[in-house]
Amino acid sequence: MRNPLSKSVVNIQPSGIRKFFDIVSEMKDAISLGVGEPDFDTPWHIREEGIYSLEKGRTFYTSNAGLKELKVEISNYLYRRFDLNYDYNKEVMVTVGGSEAIDIALRAMLEPGDEVLIPQPCYVSYHPCTILAGGVPVVIDLKGENDFKLTRQELIDSITDKTKVLILAFPNNPTGAIMDHDDLLKIVDVIIEKDLIVISDEIYSELTYGSKHVSIASFPGMKERTIVINGFSKSYAMTGWRLGYAAGPALILEQMIKIHQFAIMCAPTTSQYAGVEALKSGDPDVEMMRDAYDKRRRFVVHSLRKMGLECFEPYGAFYVFPCIKGLNMTADEFATKLLQEEKVAVVPGTAFGDCGEGYLRISYAYSMDNLKIALERMQNFVDRHRSEK
Amino acid sequence: MREKILTAIDKNSKVSVADLAIMLGITEEEVANTIKELEDETIICGYPTLINWDKVHCERVTALIEVKVTPQRGLGFDKIAERIYQFSEVQSVYLMSGGFDLTVIIEGKSMREVANFVSEKLAPMDAVLSTGTHFVLKKYKEHGLPLVQTKHDERMLITP
Ligand SMILES: Cc1ncc(COP(=O)(O)O)c(C=O)c1O
Repeated sequence: MRNPLSKSVVNIQPSGIRKFFDIVSEMKDAISLGVGEPDFDTPWHIREEGIYSLEKGRTFYTSNAGLKELKVEISNYLYRRFDLNYDYNKEVMVTVGGSEAIDIALRAMLEPGDEVLIPQPCYVSYHPCTILAGGVPVVIDLKGENDFKLTRQELIDSITDKTKVLILAFPNNPTGAIMDHDDLLKIVDVIIEKDLIVISDEIYSELTYGSKHVSIASFPGMKERTIVINGFSKSYAMTGWRLGYAAGPALILEQMIKIHQFAIMCAPTTSQYAGVEALKSGDPDVEMMRDAYDKRRRFVVHSLRKMGLECFEPYGAFYVFPCIKGLNMTADEFATKLLQEEKVAVVPGTAFGDCGEGYLRISYAYSMDNLKIALERMQNFVDRHRSEK
Repeated sequence: MREKILTAIDKNSKVSVADLAIMLGITEEEVANTIKELEDETIICGYPTLINWDKVHCERVTALIEVKVTPQRGLGFDKIAERIYQFSEVQSVYLMSGGFDLTVIIEGKSMREVANFVSEKLAPMDAVLSTGTHFVLKKYKEHGLPLVQTKHDERMLITP
């Protein structure tokens, strides 16, 4: 038989998370600090709206770009929360999670050989999706000493004649870093001068602690060159509903909708009805969850620092990214040993890019009780290995 | 800060002062002092435990009684409410809008005990015009916390 496989797909490395997942699944009664999704249930009034839509028999396709009602709510929401103005009719589309939006944004824009700047550590999909879209990923290694923000110099140094797209993902998974107004201001003129397009993955925009999220699309001259990607997974604890959206210039959205129309048809109808309810009346839920995360965040940072692990203050998402360089172990070794010796699962920073070496991703999307036990065990582990050294 | 502390202990009064201080980003002293103030002002009125007595083999009956009363001149409903809530069987008393005046929640060892309370203590009071007793068959949720299921974490152990 002929080789049935595509070379470019075969050559894509399986995600480092996957490898670790396989080890963890073997382990019975491990406690985990390894998830990238909220521990809350979707608020009941949102679930009920989904159920109600099923009862009413709303089981058909919606229009490709999404229910009009939902697009209107998305447009209102982006204005209300982030001061962004998008025409629901031409500049907003509903997707199957932020994941799909990332994929089709890249596919709609990349020509073979176009370079895509990917600041790492970051979410795992940008790199492979760039390759699948025919682009060339160019990794920017962010630094712990800059609190894992993208600096102006790092950006300038990575731009070539072929650079077309910059992916910005703040608040960040896995580091918990944010880029505030002033941080963004320092890179905006470079982006405009070099005529780059930004894919801004703002899926954690509701989860910032201390200051409100600022979208790069809100800077003068940026809206026409930014695709804002957001969704319901993290803000409303709706990961399984598979609902997200993109907002951006009609010129690009039109082409994204074309891909979506042929590859996907439309986002799940039930989820779209639930999404309308989430945006209409979900603000108190978001606030309640943000508040709970914030308490846990302080607790986790405190516990990690007490262990003597250096960690910068993470102001976003639900991750802490402690440095373990003082312990004479790679991130992979640390995570593997911690799992074997103390039955606690964390994700090595290297799963999110090579520059994650020496760091771990600790998720605090867990109950306080769970966090306490896990961090106590981690403390034992660190104490033991430090004295061994 | 008062509200933050209250929200943090509303569903779990067992959180230690040390943990509260860490979670709220303030000093232990500030937490302890604020809690003391809240107690002194009877904003925090107690620290009861939420128990699902149905699971303990021990007879307990809860009834909700709708009570109509004649308010007293100058004292309104407060005086009569106070006379009712002094009984140790009475768990809660609320002044209501609508078709009746007071909701009285009673706990007793048996239906007989509750019935006796209503007929011998509550109904004969001068101010009480009528009572309607409803027995609770099963409790699902109290103080914002479900009493029935304990859900376990069904998420995959590691996700991106
Ligand atoms: C940074 C980031 N972007 C996008 C996604 C995808 O989210 P979804 O497809 O559920 O909207 C995730 C999920 O973990 C993420 O962490």
